[in-house]
Amino acid sequence: MARPKDIPVQGRAAGPKVSTKVRSVRLRAFRRWLDTPATVVGLTVLLLLLLAGLLAPFLTPYGPATIAIRERLLPPGSEHLLGTDHLGRDIATRMLFGARLSVAVGTLVVIFSSAVGIAMGLLGGYNRRFGDLMMRMIDGIMAFPGLVFALALIAALGSSFFNVVLALSFVYVPRIARVVHASVLSLRNEEYVVAAEALGGREARVLLRHILPNTLGPVVVQSTFIFAYAVIAEASLSFLGVGLPPGTASWGVILSEGRNYMLGAPWITLFPGIAIFVLVLGLNLLGDTLRDILDPKVS
Amino acid sequence: MVATMLVVATLVFIVTNLIPGSPAALILGEDRTPEQVVELNRELGLDRPAAVRFLLWAGQLIRGDFGRSLFNDRSVAQVIYSRLEPTILLTLSSAVIAVLIGIPLGILAAVYQRTVLDLGAMAVALVGAAIPNFWLGLLLILAFALRFKMFPSAGYTSLSDDPGATWRYLVLPAITLGVSHAGVIARMSRANLLEVLQTDYVRTARSKGLRERVVVNKHAFRNALVPTLSVVGIALALMIGGSVITESVFAVPGVGRLLIESVLRRDFPMIQGVILLIAMLVALVNLLVDLTYALLDPRIRYG
Repeated sequence: MARPKDIPVQGRAAGPKVSTKVRSVRLRAFRRWLDTPATVVGLTVLLLLLLAGLLAPFLTPYGPATIAIRERLLPPGSEHLLGTDHLGRDIATRMLFGARLSVAVGTLVVIFSSAVGIAMGLLGGYNRRFGDLMMRMIDGIMAFPGLVFALALIAALGSSFFNVVLALSFVYVPRIARVVHASVLSLRNEEYVVAAEALGGREARVLLRHILPNTLGPVVVQSTFIFAYAVIAEASLSFLGVGLPPGTASWGVILSEGRNYMLGAPWITLFPGIAIFVLVLGLNLLGDTLRDILDPKVS
Repeated sequence: MVATMLVVATLVFIVTNLIPGSPAALILGEDRTPEQVVELNRELGLDRPAAVRFLLWAGQLIRGDFGRSLFNDRSVAQVIYSRLEPTILLTLSSAVIAVLIGIPLGILAAVYQRTVLDLGAMAVALVGAAIPNFWLGLLLILAFALRFKMFPSAGYTSLSDDPGATWRYLVLPAITLGVSHAGVIARMSRANLLEVLQTDYVRTARSKGLRERVVVNKHAFRNALVPTLSVVGIALALMIGGSVITESVFAVPGVGRLLIESVLRRDFPMIQGVILLIAMLVALVNLLVDLTYALLDPRIRYG
């Protein structure tokens, strides 16, 4: 498969052509990544989730909170694809709107924790003393089960959508900060960084222009896993009654409301669980293949 | 270990104290008057500055005093102690299940790398890691407690009351908690064993004519076990946290369920106590893992 002419030429002779060759190598790595079955499965799941969330109101004739007592606890059928719950609400509809919440929680947690984590990781790599102190704190926090920490935060903040996002973001900041910190420390000794410093680049500029872009690979990998954790954690917290308020069309809330009717109406608990399972499985597969191309040191 | 405890204790205090919303107002409920709130705050010592309260609290902690519950005025330490047994039994039995499933699965996958067996084992591991814990618990209740009445669906009997009944209550929760971590352990033990199988000493063992069985069991496995152990340690720490969910699903009156109850009641001294206890257990697990390292690997010496 390896065609010699595609291998980037090293050294002076290559001249300006190097960049296009490097790009073609990257492109091929990307193609190979796309050809992996696990990637296809993961991307498909993620795409379906986004579509379900975006198009929720157009895909169903029912509302997520429309109560129809006469149609309560109906098994899956032609009228209600996935059945109804104890208030006659359509499970499929509630799950579509639940996809929205899961996307929102996952995305916001990834954005918040990455933003803070990247900033902390860069600062920690920039300032040794702050970095050492930060890693101490991070080791302390990461040794601790994340869900329990989120619980403590929610106990103090009160349970609401935003507080759940905030608590989970806080819990996952150390994961991002840690990988960024580690890559900053190893990148500082790279020749191009030393060269940029030798050319008189200010530290902040070197950090942002030369180091930051090269730490993003591991961040993307971690983000995929954090998205998955956040979805499970939100569902777990909601299931325990301390996440999103009862009645919300979230997968965890549907599950927890269905558990009292489990023997007679198992579909209420069955389908949201399958949705969480498939989503998390897809994200984990995606994270694994992303790690193979973006963060080869770890695997 | 001490550093971890210090960080966690400080964070716990900050989180539960410096956030708006007074516990007194919550305890008194809707019909409160401002005077009542002020009085209760004074009674609970909440009118003093946060720094003073932190030092007082830390001083009490050092003397082993965790404070009293805001909910029923019982001693936090005593309540937690009374809830400890089911949580410890549950976590330990889950760990046994996770290790008994995870490590053999990982060994099989590594020894038969790139075969159907490897693929199957890794598929099982992926599925185990992706199943939401509480959902698996509900499915097990549905199947083995409600449909086939093999095990009780919820509750707990203490060892001191009826040791024979205790394990029946623990089977389903322990499977729930154990299976989700078996996947990670399987993946890591596979990766570790694969790495060891490529080393020179394994090649030497093979070339001197040892049977593959002996090579894997005596030469490779023991060396792969050391890094795998740290994964088991992490899993054990996560299981202590996971017991919060599992105990709630199966209505096991353990420390995890106590935490949820206290969060719902906003019983802050109790929350602080439980979280500190969990931090202590996690630190203890890490210490034990470090000590076991030295047992397994004669090259590692402490002190």
